Amino acid sequence: MFAFFLSSGLFLGWSLGANDASNVFGTAVGSRMVKFRTAAIVCSVFVILGAVISGSGASHTLGKLGSVNAIAGAFMVAFAAAMSVYLMTLARYPVSTSQAIVGAIIGWNLFTGSRIDTNSLTKIVLTWVACPILSAVFAMIIYKLVALYIKFMKIHMFKLDSMTRYGLFFAGALGSYSLGANNIANVMGVFVPVSPFSSISFYGLFTLTSAQQLFLIGSLAIAVGVFTYSKRVMLTVGTGIFQLSPVAAFVCVVAHSIVLLLFASQGLERFLISHNIPPIPLVPVSSSQAIVGAVIGIGLLKGGRGIQWKTVAGITSGWIVTPIIAALISFISLFFLQNVFQQKTYRPVGYLITIDAAQRIRDGGVSEEKFKGLQGREFPTAVKFSNALSEYTELTREERDLIVLSAQMDEMEITRSGITGLDTNWITPEQIAALELLEGRVFDHQWQLDEALAEVSPYWRFREDDDKYNRDLRQKLSYIYRFFRYG
Amino acid sequence: MSKGILRKQIGIEKQIDEFLDLISESGLIFKAGIGAYLNGKTDDFLRKIEQITDAEHRGDSLRRTLEERLYIQTLIPESRGDVLELLENLDSLLDQFKGAIWQFEIERPEIGPEFHEDFKEVVKYAVESVESIILSSRAFFKNIAAVADHMHKVSYWETESDKVSSNLQRAIFRRKDLSMSHRLQLRDFARQVDNIADVAEDVADRLAIYVIKRSL
Repeated sequence: MFAFFLSSGLFLGWSLGANDASNVFGTAVGSRMVKFRTAAIVCSVFVILGAVISGSGASHTLGKLGSVNAIAGAFMVAFAAAMSVYLMTLARYPVSTSQAIVGAIIGWNLFTGSRIDTNSLTKIVLTWVACPILSAVFAMIIYKLVALYIKFMKIHMFKLDSMTRYGLFFAGALGSYSLGANNIANVMGVFVPVSPFSSISFYGLFTLTSAQQLFLIGSLAIAVGVFTYSKRVMLTVGTGIFQLSPVAAFVCVVAHSIVLLLFASQGLERFLISHNIPPIPLVPVSSSQAIVGAVIGIGLLKGGRGIQWKTVAGITSGWIVTPIIAALISFISLFFLQNVFQQKTYRPVGYLITIDAAQRIRDGGVSEEKFKGLQGREFPTAVKFSNALSEYTELTREERDLIVLSAQMDEMEITRSGITGLDTNWITPEQIAALELLEGRVFDHQWQLDEALAEVSPYWRFREDDDKYNRDLRQKLSYIYRFFRYG
Repeated sequence: MSKGILRKQIGIEKQIDEFLDLISESGLIFKAGIGAYLNGKTDDFLRKIEQITDAEHRGDSLRRTLEERLYIQTLIPESRGDVLELLENLDSLLDQFKGAIWQFEIERPEIGPEFHEDFKEVVKYAVESVESIILSSRAFFKNIAAVADHMHKVSYWETESDKVSSNLQRAIFRRKDLSMSHRLQLRDFARQVDNIADVAEDVADRLAIYVIKRSL
């Protein structure tokens, strides 16, 4: 059964390789500076290295699919995302794989009646606009600087040729490494907890953990995608939008990487904060959208006449269509999986305004009148609960969010076996100690555990004005829920 | 790997420089050769012919190696076609020098002393125009912004060469004491030398387009 579920993760890996390799090597291959075969080899090797070496750092998060709470559901969501990316690859359009995944998760949310993270939807729409523009601006500035440098340094045509080639290789290899490191959790993450593999030690030199073995398999799927099917999308990026010169090809890759680094890197944010430099606001960015933006930027800089606007229009409509198709496929195929194949595609999350929840809602400033009649009634899904709320009374958005979150049931018990299962590299000894203090306690809601932990230890408290820390803490909390949940 | 690529590139840069040197040298040899012919120094003249023939052979083989390397190592993909064309056009200048000087050797035309100055001048301007196109080509490889500095001189020398050659031809045909066949023969020689500057100008016109393409 595991192998069967894994197959959709591999399909997702394959389509990721087929589509996203173009972000790092599309311009190099399109400008004929790097042969497709060479690009495919370099890309594959570095994707695998990135996935196995750096991807394992993210193994405690399940990737985006982590919110899908049953393995059969995760299988279908991964399949839907992979299918939509594959369809876009057929159409030769570079699209964002993670947006396809978010779309597929929304399909799952709709199917199961669970809460839709509207935040991630606005993020996607923002990315379509902000990311290409940022990237285009960066590409223009960098191109101007590079052109000045070349003029000033009087570099020989052939030396420039070899420097550009070398730069394209280097940037491509680096990009492939981070492609593997950042995306492998999305491809394989959900399967880590159910993996049947055990660690393998190679003569004591190094050990491959079970997660790393899974990531290796996933990255091999990405590599196969790169080899078998990535050329068409590469050519769209490299020549379909605008015929790039080699130097422009290099500038595009660099601009795309800089945009990803500046606006999406939490590492950079942490570094800036720790040196008392105001951090750059994190903007949602996508690699595919960044590279397309950079190419258009160069095209505009050269007067804009050479840009194939028809292709650009196709690509942008592809961006919009991808999450929608993914949601549709996900919804429909979940229906079949559940009703025809009798698979459990989700673990139901009920909603009940318990006495504690009612107290919390009152403390949050919502008068009891607004929810009194619903107290004690259990609702099977978020949608039904939300509908009941709407029928009962009028609420502001904040009030509704507070009530829904407070009433969300998630029964947990802090057990010894749960605590020992935690990743001690991530959850600090102080945080573990706090959990040990709560051993044996039972909670009905997630927020109850959050509050109990914050009460016994400062290491579980959110901080004011430290988004980075709070985000990390939130991830840790969602991580530990999984270990103490009933059933 | 990178070191390998860099080393290869340095090799190709040197070869291109060598090729351009050859053409430039051939111009000087040509000038000296025609001077020797006009001054009646046959030994010198024959030595120059040998030198120019040798240069032409080396130029041919260098050009072939360069073309092969450009294609096998897939270098400068976006300007490869242009560079190949440029090399071939420059090589044709070498052929022009060789062809003209051999014509002198084959026909051994009788050139009266009153035409010597004009002949020397046409040769000088033709060689200057080739020199300018060589400088432009070097700039095309090394510093594209400087190409314009040299290129306009090609046209200038070509015009000068045209003027002198027209005057020379006029003077030849005004000489009623020469037989028509002799006059026609001398005119052909004046034209053949002048033609070198014309070819240089054609190369410059093509080069101007490569420059535009590269700076797009």
